[in-house]
Amino acid sequence: MRRLRAVRQSRRANLILAVVAIGLAALVPFFFAPLSTFMNNAVLALAYVVMALGLNIVVGFAGLLDLGYVAFYAFGSYTVGWLASDFFAYINGGKGVHVIAPQLLSSPAGIHVNFLLIVVVAIVLCAVVGALIGLPTLRLRGDYIAIVTLAFGEIIRVFAFFGDDIRFGKHYLLTNGRQAISPVDQIELPLLHQFDSAFSLRPYYWFALAMVALVLFVNFRLRDSRLGRAWIAIREDEVAAASMGVPLVKTKLLAYATGGALGGMAGAFLGVYYNSVNANQFQFGFSIFILGMIILGGLGSIWGVVIGAVALSFINTYLIPSLNDIPEKFGLDFDFTTLSFGIFGFLIVLMMVLRPEGLLPERRRRLELTEGMGAGDEQLFEVRA
Amino acid sequence: MEAATVAAKPVARRRGDAVRDFLSRYGLILFLLVLPVYFGLRDIGAGRGLAPLGNLLVQGISNGAIWALIAVGYTLVYGIIELINFAHGDNFMIGTFVSFTLYGTLGLGLGAGTPALVLGLVACLVVSMAACATTNVMIERVAYRPLRNAPKLAPLITAVGFSFILQNVGILWFGSSQFSVPDLIHSQHVLFSVAGVSIHNSDVLAVAVTVPLVLLLTQFITRSRIGKAMRATAQDPEAARLMGINVDTTISFTFLLGGLMAGAASLIYALYQTTLWYFSGFQAGLIAFTAAVMGGIGNLQGAVLGGLIIGCIQQIADNKIGAQWTAAVVFAYLIMIMVFRPQGLLGEETREAG
Repeated sequence: MRRLRAVRQSRRANLILAVVAIGLAALVPFFFAPLSTFMNNAVLALAYVVMALGLNIVVGFAGLLDLGYVAFYAFGSYTVGWLASDFFAYINGGKGVHVIAPQLLSSPAGIHVNFLLIVVVAIVLCAVVGALIGLPTLRLRGDYIAIVTLAFGEIIRVFAFFGDDIRFGKHYLLTNGRQAISPVDQIELPLLHQFDSAFSLRPYYWFALAMVALVLFVNFRLRDSRLGRAWIAIREDEVAAASMGVPLVKTKLLAYATGGALGGMAGAFLGVYYNSVNANQFQFGFSIFILGMIILGGLGSIWGVVIGAVALSFINTYLIPSLNDIPEKFGLDFDFTTLSFGIFGFLIVLMMVLRPEGLLPERRRRLELTEGMGAGDEQLFEVRA
Repeated sequence: MEAATVAAKPVARRRGDAVRDFLSRYGLILFLLVLPVYFGLRDIGAGRGLAPLGNLLVQGISNGAIWALIAVGYTLVYGIIELINFAHGDNFMIGTFVSFTLYGTLGLGLGAGTPALVLGLVACLVVSMAACATTNVMIERVAYRPLRNAPKLAPLITAVGFSFILQNVGILWFGSSQFSVPDLIHSQHVLFSVAGVSIHNSDVLAVAVTVPLVLLLTQFITRSRIGKAMRATAQDPEAARLMGINVDTTISFTFLLGGLMAGAASLIYALYQTTLWYFSGFQAGLIAFTAAVMGGIGNLQGAVLGGLIIGCIQQIADNKIGAQWTAAVVFAYLIMIMVFRPQGLLGEETREAG
C-alpha cells in the first residue's frame, strides 16, 4: 500500500513539475524578438527533446542500443517532402492533389496535405519502419543490435543521397538527393492563422512545445505501464524477463516502433521548420548527437533526457561557436564549429567514464550501474587490484 | 511409463528439415556466390568472356587484403573482451594520415629512385604500425578499461565517442575535404597479365604485405607465450586470471596487435587509393567489421576470408551496380548475415549470436 502511495505521489510530483515547466516555457517567446536567433535555437532544442525522448524509449527503457535513429528523422522529413511540396509536380496532370491543404502555397502542383495529417502518416510510417528495422535484431543481443541498426541507418542515408537516381515512371524520383526538396508547405492548424516562419517563429515554438508536452505525457504513462515495466525488465536481464513471461518479440518490437514513431514526428516537424528536406541532414553523426543527449541527461531518466537534449542543443548552437576566438588567442588557426562532433564524442566518453548514470539519473538505473550487473557475466572482469 | 517411452524416441524429423539443414550450412556461401555468378554469366552471354570478372576479382582480393588486416583487429578485440572497437576504423584513418605525413618528412615523391622508395616505404610501414598500435592501446587504457565492470552498453558508447574524437583529430590535421596523395608505386601500372586478367603494382603490394603479416600473426598467437595467454583470456578471463595470467596486460597486448595490423593496412590504403579523407576510416571500419562478422567474429582465418570476400563484393558492386550503391550492398550483406547466420562462415555459435 505504501509503495502504491509513493508511486501516486511521484506521479503527482511529475505532473506538477511538467505543468510548471511547460507553462514557464510557453512564456519564453514573449521575452525574445519573434525572429531572433534564440527563438530559432529554442525551436530546434524542443524538436531535439522530442527526438531524444523517442530514442530514450529504445535505448534508455528497453536497453537496445540504436545507432541508426537518424533513419526516423529521414522518414519523417521525407513524409513532409513527399506530401507537402511540389516534389511530385506532374501528379494529377500538374494540377496537384490537395487534402485540407494550406491556403498559401508556393505552387499548386504536387501533393499538399495538412500538416496534422502528415504527422499521423509520419508516425505510422516510422512505427512500421521501426518494427521492420527491429525484426532482424530480435535474435541478436548487445553490440550486434547496434551494428544492424547502424547499417540500416546507413542504407537509408545512401538511398536518400542517391534517391534522385531512382525513377518511378517518367517524372517521379524517390528523393531529391543533395538538392533539397524545397520549399515545403508551412503548418496550418484548424482555427488558427497559417504559420509563417518568415514573420514569426513563435507559432513554431508553441507547436514544438505542445509536441514536447504530448511526448512527455506518452513517456511517463508508458514507463509506468505494463509495457514500460516489461522494457525495463528486458533491459535489466533479458533471460530473467523472458522466464517471467515477458513476450520478448512483442515488447522489443513495440519499443522500436514507439521510438521510431516519436522520431518520425520530430523529423516531420524539422522538415517543415527547415523548409527543406535535404539528404545531407541524415548523417550518422545526427544519431550520435541524439544519443549524446540521452547519455548526458541519464539513460532512461525522462527529466534527465529533457535536460540533456536542451543542454546539448544549446552547447551546439551557443557554446561551441562562442569558443571560436580561443584558438586565435593561442595563435592557432581552426574553427571549433567544424569540430562539434568531436566535442560531442569527447563529452560522451567523459560522461561514460566519470558519471555513466548521467546528470539526472534514474534511481533504478544507477543501482544497475553501481552494482555492476546488467547483461550477465560482466563480473568476470573484476581484474582491477 | 508412457512418458518414458515418448522421451526415449528420437525427435521425429519434420518435412523440410533436410532443406533447412542444407540452407543453414551452405546458405551463406550460396548467397555470396549470387553476385559473381550472375554477372559472370551475363558477361559470357554478352560475349565478353570471364576476363572482366577475373579483373574485378583480382582487384577485389587486393582491396580485400586491406579490409582483412583491419578486420583482424576487430576480431581479436571482440574475441577477447566481446566489444566492438568502434574506433578501430578511425584509428586506421589516423594511420593513413601518418603515412602521408611521413612521405613529406622522408622526401618520398614521384621522383624517388627504387631503393630510396623501398627503404622509405618500409620506414613508413614501421612508423604507421607503431602509431596505430599506440593509439589503440591508449584508447583501451582511457576509454575501455575503466568500464570493465560496467554494463556492456557503456564501453560500446565510449567507443563510438572515441571514433568521433579521432575523426575530428583527422579534420584538424588535414581539413574536412578529400585530398590526394602522390601515387608513389604507380598503383595502376599493369605488371603482367594472365589470360586477360591484369595484375597491377598495387595488387602485388597488397598481397606482399598482407600474407606475411597474417601468417606471422597466426604463428604468434598459436606459438608464443603471450598468444597462449590471449587465447586463455578469450576463453575464460576469470580462470585465466587464476592461472596467473595478467589479464589487463593481455588485453592491452591484443589492442596492440590489432593496431599494428591496422597500421599496415593504412599504408597499403594510402598507396593504393591515393585519395585520403577523415571519413574514410569510418567507412573502412564498417566494411571491415562486416568482413569480421562474415568470417565469424573471433576467428582469425574467418576475418581474412571475410575481408577478401567483401573486397570482391565491393568491386563487383562498384563496377556492375554503381559505385554509389556499394555501401548499401555491403550493409545489406551485413544485415543478411546477422539475420541468417550470425556465427559467420567459420565461426561457432556465441552468446551474442546464439
